[in-house]
Amino acid sequence: MHEVALAEGMMRIVADAAARCEAARVSTVWVELGALAHVEPQALRFCFDAVARGTVAEGAVLEIHTTPGVAWCMPCGTQVALARLGDACPDCGSYQLQVVAGEEMRVKEIGIA
Amino acid sequence: MCTTCGCGHGQTRIDGVATRAPASAAGFRHADASAAKLDLGAAHGHAAAHAHGSGLGAVHDATTGAERIVAIEQDILGRNNAVAARNRRYFAQRGILALNLMSSPGSGKTTLLVRTIDALKARVPIAVVEGDQQTSLDADRIRATGAPAVQVNTGKGCHLDADMVERALATLSPADASVVLIENVGNLVCPAAFDLGEAQKVVILSVTEGDDKPLKYPDMFHAADLMVINKVDLLPYVDFSVDAAVANARKVRPGLPALTVSARSGEGFADWIAWVVRQRVDAVEARSGVADAPRALAPGHASGAAAVSSR
Repeated sequence: MHEVALAEGMMRIVADAAARCEAARVSTVWVELGALAHVEPQALRFCFDAVARGTVAEGAVLEIHTTPGVAWCMPCGTQVALARLGDACPDCGSYQLQVVAGEEMRVKEIGIA
Repeated sequence: MCTTCGCGHGQTRIDGVATRAPASAAGFRHADASAAKLDLGAAHGHAAAHAHGSGLGAVHDATTGAERIVAIEQDILGRNNAVAARNRRYFAQRGILALNLMSSPGSGKTTLLVRTIDALKARVPIAVVEGDQQTSLDADRIRATGAPAVQVNTGKGCHLDADMVERALATLSPADASVVLIENVGNLVCPAAFDLGEAQKVVILSVTEGDDKPLKYPDMFHAADLMVINKVDLLPYVDFSVDAAVANARKVRPGLPALTVSARSGEGFADWIAWVVRQRVDAVEARSGVADAPRALAPGHASGAAAVSSR
């Protein structure tokens, strides 16, 4: 499952930042995942826990914040909420939607000691 | 390598040769945190500048004990995207068209590739990057056509990433103005997330798989630039509506272009070949910067057109 690759990507970011700050330990990692992002949060949590073993982030608490999906509806000419890919515009029912937010996967902050 | 499920770069093989994981991926795994700290040397006096009030202050308490909050704001796929951008520059500098072909296992990707190579090899140099968990069976089939191929075995990995493609290109050394076809690991989920540096993502769906797949696997079709519906010679024998499949795909990717082909019978293949040729003209024009693509391919052109077979 590709969440391992994503967890490795997270670990690289966290380890580099911890090294730059000369931190002995990373206690918390705050991550932002869009509702439309290509990731299963529970799988990411499982994989990060595994990937972090034996590193400066071992045992770190992973805080996941989900951001909403937003799309531009072309017939409506406005932004609308999009809960998942394949949903129609909640207002007019069209599928002519351009996703503008909700696909992000970012490491926002870390807590170090 | 993930110690729980065994995935990871540590098991990637390119043409049978094990590749080393990127240095930073190996470097962060260490038994003693203090050892890593000592490795940094004394050059870092700016740690205090990183501490700040948290941007997510509404979500958590930023002052929990001795914990210091450090802003990161980095894309989890940032490194893959950076390598993909390098691959994209590599292709652009050489006028190479790179296509990322993705689908379930058994959709007919390799058969489609073989037929594509046979149709184009007299006029266009083609090279292939093959992705599978194990074996070189697909690369062997490709090489039998006369086209060079590099087999990437991911081990337990479920997708190709930009690193693997970069390393495969170093082995493959594709000719200028060639077409590089990247056959991703058969998987309708994971490969969608990973930019390889390709010009276009081509998703192949065969008629034996069901016309509802674009709705059930939306990430893949959302990421697609072209949908190729394959095995249309079998339409009389299956309950598959081409119109429904295309309509479903366009619910997750509005306006997605679609072609119908049979890699076995050749039905619809001329349109697929014409599409590839058009994409290649764009790639060559973008590199040479001249509007008249054939001039850029004339013998004696300084960019190495000697590698391009003449009509």
